Parts: sequence; C-alpha cells; structure tokens
Amino acid sequence: MKSNTLTRDAAPVSLPPEKTVLDMLYYMKLTRELESRIERKLYRQGKIVGGVYVGRGQEAIAVGSCIDTRPDDIVCPSHRDMGAYLIRGMSLRTILAQYMARKTGATRGKDGNMHMGDLSKGLIAFVSMLGDNVPVATGIGLSFKMRGQDRAALCFFGDGATSRGDWHEGINMASVFKVPVVFICNNNQYAYSTPLERQMAVENVADRAEAYGMPGEIVDGNDILAVWDAATRAIRRARSGGGPTLIECKTFRMTGHSAHDDAGYVPPELFEFWEERDPISRFERFLTQRGFIDKSGIGELQQRINHEIDEAIQIAEKDPFPEPEDCLKDVYFESPTEQ
Amino acid sequence: MSLTTYVEAIRQGIWEEMEKDDRVFVLGEDVGIYGGAFKVTAGMLERFGEWRVIDTPISESGIVGAAIGAALMGMRPVAEMQFADFISCAFDQITNFAAKCRYRWGAGVPIVVRGPSGGGVHGGPFHSQNPEMYFVHTPGLKVVCPSTAYDAKGLIKSAIRDPDPVIYFEHKFLYRRVKEDLPSDDFVVPIGKAAIRRNGSDISVITYGAMVYIALDAAKELEKEGIDLEVLDLRSLLPFDKEAVLESVKKTNKVILLHEDTQIGGFAGELAAIISEEAFEYLDGPIRRITAPNTPVPYSPPLEEFFLPKISDVVRVARELYAY
Repeated sequence: MKSNTLTRDAAPVSLPPEKTVLDMLYYMKLTRELESRIERKLYRQGKIVGGVYVGRGQEAIAVGSCIDTRPDDIVCPSHRDMGAYLIRGMSLRTILAQYMARKTGATRGKDGNMHMGDLSKGLIAFVSMLGDNVPVATGIGLSFKMRGQDRAALCFFGDGATSRGDWHEGINMASVFKVPVVFICNNNQYAYSTPLERQMAVENVADRAEAYGMPGEIVDGNDILAVWDAATRAIRRARSGGGPTLIECKTFRMTGHSAHDDAGYVPPELFEFWEERDPISRFERFLTQRGFIDKSGIGELQQRINHEIDEAIQIAEKDPFPEPEDCLKDVYFESPTEQ
Repeated sequence: MSLTTYVEAIRQGIWEEMEKDDRVFVLGEDVGIYGGAFKVTAGMLERFGEWRVIDTPISESGIVGAAIGAALMGMRPVAEMQFADFISCAFDQITNFAAKCRYRWGAGVPIVVRGPSGGGVHGGPFHSQNPEMYFVHTPGLKVVCPSTAYDAKGLIKSAIRDPDPVIYFEHKFLYRRVKEDLPSDDFVVPIGKAAIRRNGSDISVITYGAMVYIALDAAKELEKEGIDLEVLDLRSLLPFDKEAVLESVKKTNKVILLHEDTQIGGFAGELAAIISEEAFEYLDGPIRRITAPNTPVPYSPPLEEFFLPKISDVVRVARELYAY
C-alpha cells in the first residue's frame, strides 16, 4: 500500500464495542487538544523550556493500538504517542507538570517532554536514542514468556528509528525468541528533515519484517479502526504464543520535527493531501454517519476536554519546581559511598 | 581442602543465586550449549534449562536491551559479553537506558553485565581491552573488578542482588591462574569496599584486577631491600572506597597508582586528584602512575609485554619514590 493511495474513508474491517469507539474519539481529541496547548500555547508563552515534539495527525496510531491493552500489558511509547500515556492512565496534571519541569511531573523534573514512564501503569520511558526501546521491549516479552504469562508488550517507534542497529537487533531477537511483542511503526515519512527515501531503500517499513521471519502488516495509520483491528489481532496473536508482529502505520507528521521547526522542507501539497485525511475529522465523520454521536455531542466532548485540560494546567502551573539539590538524588537506590 | 579457581568462583556465584532466586537468569552468546567461551556458564543449561540460560544471536546491544526489559519486569538478568571488548556494541543501552532509568523515572534496572577483560593472553586489540573507565564515567552504573576467587564469587553475588546496574569485569588472565579455598557459606563481598592485600609502611600501591599480583610480586622483591609496600586492591571502581585510599596514603605518605588500563583518563588520574584534594598535606613525594601506554592493546608477545605494566616497573618506581 503506497501512502498516496490511501483512501479518505475506508470501510471499517470490524467494529469495537460502542464504548470503545467513543473512548477512541475522546482520547484522540484529548491528545490533539493537549498537544496543541503544549505546543501552541504553553511553549510559546515560555512556560515549557527545551523541546516539544507532538504527534499531530498521528493520534489514531497510539490510541487505536493501546485502547484495548490490559492493565498488565506493557507499552513502550515513542515521542509521538501521547495517546498511549493518556490511555494508560497518566494524568493530565502529571503530563503538564512534566512539560513544565515541575517536581510533580512524571520524572520529577529530571527529564522533559515525552520522556515519561510509570511502571505501575505499564509505561516504559522513552530515551532519545531512537530504537533503543525495541530490544528493551523484546526483553519485556521474553520475561512474559519465561514466566508463562499471557501479557503482551507494545513497542512504538518512527520510520527513522528503523535505520538504527538496535532496532534490527531487537526485532531479530524478538522473532528468534517468538516473544509476545507488537512492534508499531509510526511511519510519518520524515525523520526530522530527512524524507523516507533517504532513510531506506525498501518501499515499506513492513517489508523489513520478512527478513526477520516476522509478519509485517501495513495499515492506514490515519484510520483508527484499521489500526485497532491490526493491533488487536497482533496482540491476540502475541498472547496466544504466536510471536511478534510488525505493524506499519502509514501517516504523516503534520508539524515540524519539534516546535522550533517550521518544516519548510516539506512540500505544501503533502500537508494538504494529509490534512484531508486527518484521523480525527475522518473518524468524526464516520461516527456521525453511523449515529454513534452527533455534532452537538462532539461539541460537548470538546468542551469537556477543554475543561479537563484547563483545570490540569491551572494545577500544574502552581506546582513547585524541584529543589536544586534534587539534582543529586536517585542516581542509585542507595547512595554510593562516594559519587 | 579443594581449591576453587577464579572462573569456577564466578560460576558458583551465579549458580547459587540462580538456585536461590528464580528471577535470576543468564543470557549471552554461546552461554548455553557451549557453556560460554571461557566456560563460566558451563553446566547451567542442563541444570536450569533453556529459558534461564539463553543463547542469543550476536547482538550485544540486543542482549543488554533485553536484559533491561526483563529487569524492568522484575527479573534479575546476568548478561554475558563474550569479551569485555564487545561491550562497546552495547554502550548505548548501558549508559543511556540502564544507567539513567532510576534517575529519570524511578525505575531500577537490576542487571549485571559481565565479561572477560584484560590482556596477557595475546588476544590482540579486540580481546584484551580494559573498558572500565567508559562506565566509571557514567553515573547510575556500578563497576567492579575482582582480583581473587573469593571476590569473584562474593562480588558476582552482590552484583546480582544489587538494585542497580552493575558492570562486572572479570580478568581473563586470572580465570585459571588464581585459586583459593573458599568458605562454604553464602558470603558476599560488598560493592565499594577495598581490601588491603599486603600491609606496608613505606609506599601504598593502589590497584585492582590482575595488577594486584604484579604489585604483590614487586612487594616481595622490594622487601629484600627493606622497602615495605602496602598493596590496596580497590575491588570496586564505582563506587570506590575513598576512605581506604585516603587511610592508606595517610599511613605511608607515598603512593603509586597502578592499573592495566591506559593512562589518559584512567582511574589513576581520578585517584590522584582525590588524593591531592584530600590528603595533600600527608604526601611526602609525588603521586606516581604506572599504567599501560596510550595505545591499543597490541598482539605480538614483545609488544604486549611492553604494553602491560610489569613487576620491574613497580620495583623501579618504588625505588625512586622511596629515595625521594
């Protein structure tokens, strides 16, 4: 499937229960609004220092694949998977405090933006070395298999990460050991400024799966139901001992790499093409046509989301910064004799 | 009395921890059916099975990454690097993922990454390195370098039980050359504690790993001349036993820092800085370093012999310092 052949409104392969369908809309819209506030308001107001990386246009991928995970599953998000944190229960206040470098953030000010983790929510914190979470996810899956647990791990990365050696080592080991891990690629076609054809000489990221003896599947990453369907099947396969799957979600990064990047290197017609395939408005069209929700219902949902975020920002803004001396804490479980 | 070799001591340490704690498992290249390139894991596959003694593809980064993932899920992985030299391939997983998890998000990564380091076996540039300082420079890691069979066993047990990532460098020259009678109880050697191998009054030789024996042999020779060396074996480099270092320097007032690693950026430089900061008034002579030269580890015997610090180096420097 070539990206430019993606249809704007593909017929759904199957449908999740109504509650899940509405949750999908909520989490996609929550992701969009939260990241818009972060990028377009808090960052510009100088309330967020350092980098901001958002997943605008890619919301369907994290939401569609995480929505049916179990509490005991593990998710290793990458930097454009905000929906994963929200679905797994990280609070808006914790996330906003993280971005604003507060002590109440997910890393207590030790790290910024998407670098959040919480084992109690099954969330593994991402590191900036792309693809590093792939061997780690493999080890997580290995531990499930060693202990005979029917848990699954989801591991996210972008197209650029698939150029790294760690990605290949991790994918290969995952396949060799048949671990219960679903590898999910946000193929947004740009790694910072580098287009896909400078990243790889194969047509699809999923083509790489075959070399490792792993099933590779391509889905329209802007169609949340297609993402959900592929992820659900892959998770089921993982739990039942069938081994790992690589799912390539074709999408587009509707922003620059980060808040300081105007993406001037992206041809404008690409943005136009993908704007018409926006995963949220597309899903809203589908839901209204099918009668899951009407226009006023969508408006009310947006109001509720705005209110939730307003409230969380108000709290997070009042949250304290860490004490300077906190710099020295938590390097080790117990302080070594000397540092 | 049966003597246990250094390599057997490591095996015993891992084995006993695996018997006691089913979270402990080993993974690495050729660790299972072959029992490891140096036979550290020999017999483990038969005893513990293929899910606790895991032969992996040649993927050092994958091995360490998988160990991290399993550790985050509550396991206690012991990852083998077939040669410590190959740890460079896993540098990123160790220094960026494992070392920083606790600091960033409070998640402990109780992994052990172990492997044979050091020269003296004509292994050449890629089977002889002493890569400890790459990791000593990484907050969040612990680094140990045992020199005796007792320490090899006691430190591997401590490393496995430690809640943080521990890099365990075993010296391949010592594998079958050093042996001793080990106690039968479940002893451990705490990480971060040095040991005095020889009490002396004139000069402190502070060292670790295989160089402990060079220092002890030099001390025997110097004894005949009435020069009394103290030999302090650091055992752990991160954290290291600063109190023991300063105490020894304050006693002898002269110090030789000896290691097999190369000189620039070697541990001796760090020790020299600490000693001059905290025991300057006690020094009766210059701090002297004896290290490998700043070259890769060469292969040909005359070259490698030139490279490695020798008994004669310690004797010469000790005489100079004694006369100072």
